[in-house]
Amino acid sequence: MIYITGIGAISAIGNNVSENLHSLKNKITGIGKIKYLETNYKDEIPVGEVKMSDNELITALSLNKERAFTRTALFGIKAAKEAVDNAGITDINKYKTGIISATTVSGMGSSEKYYQKFLHTDFANDFIKTHEAADHTEKIADYLGIKEFMTTISTACSSSANAMMLGARLINNGILDRVIVGGADALSKFTLNGFNTLMILDREPCKPFDKERKGLNLGEGAAFLVLESEKVVNEEGKKPLAILSGYANANDAYHQTATSPEGYGPFLAMSNALKNAQLSVDNINYINVHGTGTENNDLSEGKALKKIFNNKVPKFSSTKAYTGHTLAVAGSLEAIYSILSIQNKIIFPNLRFENSIEDLNLIPETKLIENIEIEHILSNSFGFGGNGTSLVISKVR
Amino acid sequence: MVYINGTASLSPQNSLDYNKFLEGIIEYEKDFLQSIKPNYKEYMKPIAARRMSKTVKNGIICSQKALQEAKVDIPDAIIVGTGLGIVSDTEKFLENMLNNDEKFLTPTAFIQSTHNTVAAQIALKIKCHNYNFTYVNRGFSFESAVIDAIMHINEGKKNILIGGTDEMSEHYFHIIRKNGRWKKTKVKNTELLNYTTNGAICGEGVNFFVLSSEKKEDSYSEIKAINTFYKPENSEEINSKLQSFLNDADIKINDIDLVINGHTGNAAGDKIYDDFLQENFENKPALYYKHLTGEYQTANSFALWLGANILKTKIIPDFTRLNDKPISKVKNILIYNHYFNINHSFILLSQA
Repeated sequence: MIYITGIGAISAIGNNVSENLHSLKNKITGIGKIKYLETNYKDEIPVGEVKMSDNELITALSLNKERAFTRTALFGIKAAKEAVDNAGITDINKYKTGIISATTVSGMGSSEKYYQKFLHTDFANDFIKTHEAADHTEKIADYLGIKEFMTTISTACSSSANAMMLGARLINNGILDRVIVGGADALSKFTLNGFNTLMILDREPCKPFDKERKGLNLGEGAAFLVLESEKVVNEEGKKPLAILSGYANANDAYHQTATSPEGYGPFLAMSNALKNAQLSVDNINYINVHGTGTENNDLSEGKALKKIFNNKVPKFSSTKAYTGHTLAVAGSLEAIYSILSIQNKIIFPNLRFENSIEDLNLIPETKLIENIEIEHILSNSFGFGGNGTSLVISKVR
Repeated sequence: MVYINGTASLSPQNSLDYNKFLEGIIEYEKDFLQSIKPNYKEYMKPIAARRMSKTVKNGIICSQKALQEAKVDIPDAIIVGTGLGIVSDTEKFLENMLNNDEKFLTPTAFIQSTHNTVAAQIALKIKCHNYNFTYVNRGFSFESAVIDAIMHINEGKKNILIGGTDEMSEHYFHIIRKNGRWKKTKVKNTELLNYTTNGAICGEGVNFFVLSSEKKEDSYSEIKAINTFYKPENSEEINSKLQSFLNDADIKINDIDLVINGHTGNAAGDKIYDDFLQENFENKPALYYKHLTGEYQTANSFALWLGANILKTKIIPDFTRLNDKPISKVKNILIYNHYFNINHSFILLSQA
């Protein structure tokens, strides 16, 4: 049994978990005009930016201003610290503890500021060292004092769901007792321009699963969870927040960026996750869908949902209309939202949905549902390279 | 039990053909060593070869060869480690964006720049719908792939494809050299151990393996154990990590017949290997190999390739010998690597 004992998050809708919950409950979106990212698209492309500057984060975390912290690393430290505190951990190395983070571009936001100076002039500073993906994970590990195990995963938009899956397997294989898992990604000009060339960025706040959806909004942030073994939970007498009861990763093997029309990869990920959790489709009370708002994803994911649930798709919604697509962070952030759903007996609405996609006739939840008993949630993350992961988050009995 | 049943290596040496590799070392005097370009026409259509960056093409070639050798069509998982990812496409998109003020951009380089492109393209090529992971943690990238593969086999899977892949670009080399990581001048690879300056020899390479639950007639070796540790304080901490690693693997230090080390010509970093050998393996034969490949985040995958081949063929290339301690038998090989004293790892290989 893999217990989730702590959670921490920073996103466009809040700088910690309780602020995120407040926004989710009150339909407050984080999508808006670009404030911090330096780009020519400031007035043209809306995004879900975290509402704190780098300096505000450095001050809030009492970090040494002389060290080179990328925005990704700052988000990561903020959310991982919240998760560790939330889990009531005071001595991190009392048990064999590891850290697994996930990212798509890690330090790119800093690299793109200095790249030409680094390349064409004698100029050098410590941001030379922060480009590689591991940099942000090392910064978090150093901050928390974790030395036993570390790795970083980059599988595009399923990255942090995969970090959770790996963490669970490391505990199940007896390699670790406890592991801090999640992801961090700050918006960069590189990412914004990349997605813009793919022509999948909505110029308005996105409308996941809507007939008139025009693409996704990019988001940023970090989300971390503490996974602990049964042994740790028993010895410490802890009350876990939830159980990570199932997981599966599958590959669509169809196209580098697009999902197959029938959503075979997503179908495999979902059905294998249910198998792994030893649950049937009837046990799932709610699905936090990947639901990016792109033409391709929502249609493929919808078809896979209908196939696996025999056309009786349970209540579902996409929370990306609040946060934007936080890329590598999406999996762990939405796992945290799933835990909040279970704990507070609520289902968060799919903002801005109006009409269902013709071929699908699937209608997400558009109002906040309260006082609903939720036993099991399926949470989906699908990404570039056909990479897809589904997680099952369950209530502690 | 985890066995190596297929391998393939592309490096600055003739490693794709092991017999040629044994013929001798290719000498270089360069800023950084580059992998020998394979004849891409033998492996893929010219149009596909033009579209893909070097690390993706080389990853596909090595994965195919390793799978063929192990006689595996569809592995149960594809797991790739890459410290730097697809640096050439990343730079291409970044430079276009910066030079043209975010205008006139096309998506190809951006799509290909995603860190998991190698693993994704392999899956696409062989239509493999199974588990597909990419690790990107400097000198733990390949080691994470090995740990993951061993867990899969413990969980009941049969054949796992793993690889370590990194390419170096002119620009990234230049930027990182400023940081003191690489030597300031051209390096003569055959004289690597004579350098007394700081800064390593830089290189690149791709090494793939099929790890299997079943031992075959022609299995290379068994992977007995692996462990990684981060930023040790001093040699005592490294030595104590070694002790617990050997204890956990249930092997005595005297049963280690050969040690493969990651000397890079960087005086500060190489002292760690020298102290390690002197304090733990004073009378044991030891090898080194980064004069063949250069240093890169996943260079340890070449050490695994070398160790696996030594256990299978019982041939030890003389140009890899670090000392002249007599070699009576080779049943157990310890691979010790560190990446700039940040990421340390042990791998224990045994005769299959």
